[in-house]
Amino acid sequence: MPREAALARFGPAASAARRALIVAVAASAIFALLLLIDGKDPVRAYRDTIVYVFANAYGFSELFVRMSPLLLTSVAVALPSRLGLINVGGEGQLYMGGLFATAGALGFAHWPALALIPLMTALGFLGGALWALLPGLLRAAKLVNETISTLLLNYIAPLIVSYVIFGPWRSSESASYPESPAFAAGARLPTLGSTRVHLGLVYGLVCLCIYGFAIGRTRWGLEMRAIGGNAEASLRLGVPVSAYIIGSMAVAGGVAGLAGMAEASAIQGRLVAQLSPGYGFMGFLVAWLAGGSAVGILTMAALFAVLSSVGDVLQITQGVPFSVINLLMAAILFIVLGERGAGGRR
Amino acid sequence: MSAAFPIALASAAILSGTSLLYATLGELIGERAGIVNLGLEGLMLIGASTGFAGAAVTANPYLGVAAAALAGVAANGLFSYVVITRHANQLAAGLSLTFFGLGASALIGRPFVGAIVPGLPHLGAFDLLVWLAAPLAIVLSGLLYRTRWGLTLRAVGESPAAAFAAGRRPDRVQYEALAVAGALGGISGAHLSLAVALTWDEGMTAGRGFIAIALVIFAGWNPLWAVIGALVFGGAESLQLQFQARGVDVSPFLMNMVPYLLTLLVLTFSGLRGRSAAPAGLGRSFFGVE
Amino acid sequence: MTVQHVCHLMAEAAPILEARGVVKRFGPLLANDVDHFAVHAGEVVALLGENGAGKSTLCKILYGYYRPDAGEIRVSGRPASISSPHDARRYGIGMVFQNFSLIPALSVWENVALFLDDTPWAISPASMRRRMRPLADRLRLEADLNLPVGRLAVGDQQKVEILKQLLAGARVLIFDEPTKVLAPQEAEGLFLSLADLSDEGYGLVYITHKLREVAACADRVVVMRQGRIVGSASAREASEAELLGMMFGEQPAREPAAAPAVTPGQTILALEGVATSSGNGAVSLRDLTLGLRSGEILGVAGVSGNGQRELADLVLGLARPTRGVKTLWGEDASRWTAARVRARGVASIPDDPSALALVPSLTARENLGLGDARRYRKGLSLDWPRLTADMAKSAERLRLPPIRYETRVFALSGGNQQRLALTRELAHDPKLIVALYPSRGLDARSTDALRALFLAARAAGAGLMLFSEELDELISLSDRIIVLREGRVAGEFSPASFALDTIGACMVGTADAA
Repeated sequence: MPREAALARFGPAASAARRALIVAVAASAIFALLLLIDGKDPVRAYRDTIVYVFANAYGFSELFVRMSPLLLTSVAVALPSRLGLINVGGEGQLYMGGLFATAGALGFAHWPALALIPLMTALGFLGGALWALLPGLLRAAKLVNETISTLLLNYIAPLIVSYVIFGPWRSSESASYPESPAFAAGARLPTLGSTRVHLGLVYGLVCLCIYGFAIGRTRWGLEMRAIGGNAEASLRLGVPVSAYIIGSMAVAGGVAGLAGMAEASAIQGRLVAQLSPGYGFMGFLVAWLAGGSAVGILTMAALFAVLSSVGDVLQITQGVPFSVINLLMAAILFIVLGERGAGGRR
Repeated sequence: MSAAFPIALASAAILSGTSLLYATLGELIGERAGIVNLGLEGLMLIGASTGFAGAAVTANPYLGVAAAALAGVAANGLFSYVVITRHANQLAAGLSLTFFGLGASALIGRPFVGAIVPGLPHLGAFDLLVWLAAPLAIVLSGLLYRTRWGLTLRAVGESPAAAFAAGRRPDRVQYEALAVAGALGGISGAHLSLAVALTWDEGMTAGRGFIAIALVIFAGWNPLWAVIGALVFGGAESLQLQFQARGVDVSPFLMNMVPYLLTLLVLTFSGLRGRSAAPAGLGRSFFGVE
Repeated sequence: MTVQHVCHLMAEAAPILEARGVVKRFGPLLANDVDHFAVHAGEVVALLGENGAGKSTLCKILYGYYRPDAGEIRVSGRPASISSPHDARRYGIGMVFQNFSLIPALSVWENVALFLDDTPWAISPASMRRRMRPLADRLRLEADLNLPVGRLAVGDQQKVEILKQLLAGARVLIFDEPTKVLAPQEAEGLFLSLADLSDEGYGLVYITHKLREVAACADRVVVMRQGRIVGSASAREASEAELLGMMFGEQPAREPAAAPAVTPGQTILALEGVATSSGNGAVSLRDLTLGLRSGEILGVAGVSGNGQRELADLVLGLARPTRGVKTLWGEDASRWTAARVRARGVASIPDDPSALALVPSLTARENLGLGDARRYRKGLSLDWPRLTADMAKSAERLRLPPIRYETRVFALSGGNQQRLALTRELAHDPKLIVALYPSRGLDARSTDALRALFLAARAAGAGLMLFSEELDELISLSDRIIVLREGRVAGEFSPASFALDTIGACMVGTADAA
């Protein structure tokens, strides 16, 4: 398949604000429409939701809980996108990060947190990196397009997780609901006060800053943007294109793996079959809409944290199915794609 | 294992291979016109839910299939507009369609979770859609290679600019191809819910759409090879159920991985063989003259 | 009455195709301002002019690709409204483009069937082929009509292009620099076909910037300059000097002065029995042996697609030999990466810089930093001030206009893109320059400037490998010429034996030279 520098061409961050507005308006409209179809009063539902999410310390802190994995999974999409690669495998990479981190948490449960958390972080990164390495290798060898291979691997990773928690790592305590044994206290990421906001947010912000700096200010960033702009010319100028493809995919997978590690360690405290409600896919959307810019990712990730919180609240209070969030994401993508396509010749 | 095993396996392979084949043929027609549609998964979900709902409401499975085909055409129409008229990136638009299908099918199917519907009746050993699948591949092959429409479609897939220079309308042919693809994707989903599973479940296609996309590559963009590919993958899928039914002790999670792993392997080998069969214009946007 | 006679009668009648007062602007640029241009039946009109003189624009207007801003087109004396190539074809106007509008994966008959409006809904391949055969025979197209067009020789592809236009009912055929892709012998074949067609009463327009071809095939020559028609003459009577005067205005282009003889020095590059394995469809090099010394220009001739790109890639480290040895400055460089080859002072000047040497989405400055990341590395980034200073010096030395560093490359004109790439490639006195069709798409003035650069680099002791399809260019610049055919060196020529016909014969394989 021919390659466009997918995100790099998506336009500068300047239009991010307008896009954020589109997202917010489209989301509100679609939610309202669904509520109306269900025979509910959208205005009241919105008021209740806004009060719950913003006027309540816990509800507000939950936004940061959701933002942490989104920052990581969107960096995992944005980085390869600078080379024109489309990594849709964030979800699978997240699961593998969780799996590897769990191996550390269960295997070295007696270690102190100061040693165990770094180990789990490294393992989480490793798990995601390995899971993205395969598509990177296949792509660099011009064998399989990374879009389709990362998609397929998304289906395999959760099966491996299910396999271990139904099999070797099954907790003896819960017979009905399969999950791994609970992590020791030293394997839990520290949280902020009594909230669920955890160190993963720092991971996300640090990764985002490194990403922004590396792309804009380093010679590696220059070479990656060069590959995204014209891979053939880059190759001829001596840029090691294959190494960059493999490396950027692996690093991206590792970053997504960190999200899985954080979810397992901080939120669940164990490995479960439903580790992510689609953070990998949402990260794809965030990165796309942000046009790959670091500031844009921060804005969009915040916006999507709000959206998914609102979606959750509506699901609980109004009985709207959570899968509606998919419909919402699709609508937003279609709107932005259609809008952009018109002027998108350059 | 008893002697009945191969027979049961073959019949299960044909059954689940049929839904794969419809989806594969649809994607193949679209790709021959130069458009890769990663939204096939979403189309199948929409087809599965609409087909199931249609059959439940009308108590007629054939009307369910028809509804699924129409829903597929409509959903793919959205994709067509964004990709053909607005020149959006095909991969991103395809993924959007998959998200759309995930969400829309959940809403459509929600009232019918756990409903009992009349499945597609058997005519002899199999249902009608099974009997029609292989002939359809032959018909599509004839359409592609022996008609003016097929010639234009292939030309557009190779080089929209050259087809345009020859006085053809690339966008129109692409719309037509994607309408066919939408209908086939919808039918494929309906076969899954109305003949294979006989139930509706959120996300029940479980990545079959992506497997079908890989099958197009495996088939070298040739409808007749798609028949063989669909059978092989149908077999891989039904192996797990057959093992389970016979009490073979393999984790179902590991067995469930087989089709995805097989797909990756097949893609890798297709890659090694070279991609010369791919339409040259696949995935590109065409902006008309200059 | 003879055919010629009929043609004369028709010539006195209304022209078969005529443009009156045609004006076309692209933004501020006046591309065409043509008072009157006409083709008569049975006549070959050469449309002569420099690159950018407006020849192609005029023809694309006639063929409906562009709509003129003003003016009128007449067919057989009647006004015609042409707003698309499809319309043009209904008026019997056909055009044969440089890069043909054929689809390589489709067979010959499929390409023709695609083009015809009367192709039935259900196609019978056998009857399509039967319908094409007589015309194919007349054009001396011997290839199997079932073969994919991509597998045909370029000359045969051109015949398919002509065939489909004629079957579609064209009475006027416009050829856009048709010999550019052909070997000299294939070009002879084309001239024969043109003569046949004009005898049969077709009107032919022939776009070219080569004087020699005008005499070889045209009846009448029309010269364009800066979008206007500046003169017209009988092709047989007009002198070269006269035509050159019209093409270039007051100062006729001069032949480049013969290069001063430089004594070649040490061997820079040597290939010994080198072979490569090709990917899909590419030509592989076979048993190739050659050497290049400093202060020498080695011309590489050949019909395009006979291994030129593969040879250039091999030298530049983008492909590795599967057999044989490549040495650079006496070291075995067979497995060097492109980066290592570049770092040793090898520069690459490709034909299409925006595709092969530049990244259009990056700024000029970023592009200048690309091929030399090692030389300028500083901390995590590059030493941008030092890089900028070096590049400014390079541009000055090459007498190129100052660089607009912050402009993105896609916003630069083709000429400025080429200059940017040259500034970078020649900034550090390269010792080996690989130039692949460097003058493609450049106008005469830029080509002259490029030649001067090459000669200066040679005088400074660099070795040059010059790939070109213009034999004139090779002969005037090279110290030695090799001919590539099917991935082998089919012949080697020293200045004493430089002659168009012998080198041409070697290119198409009618004669091997030692």
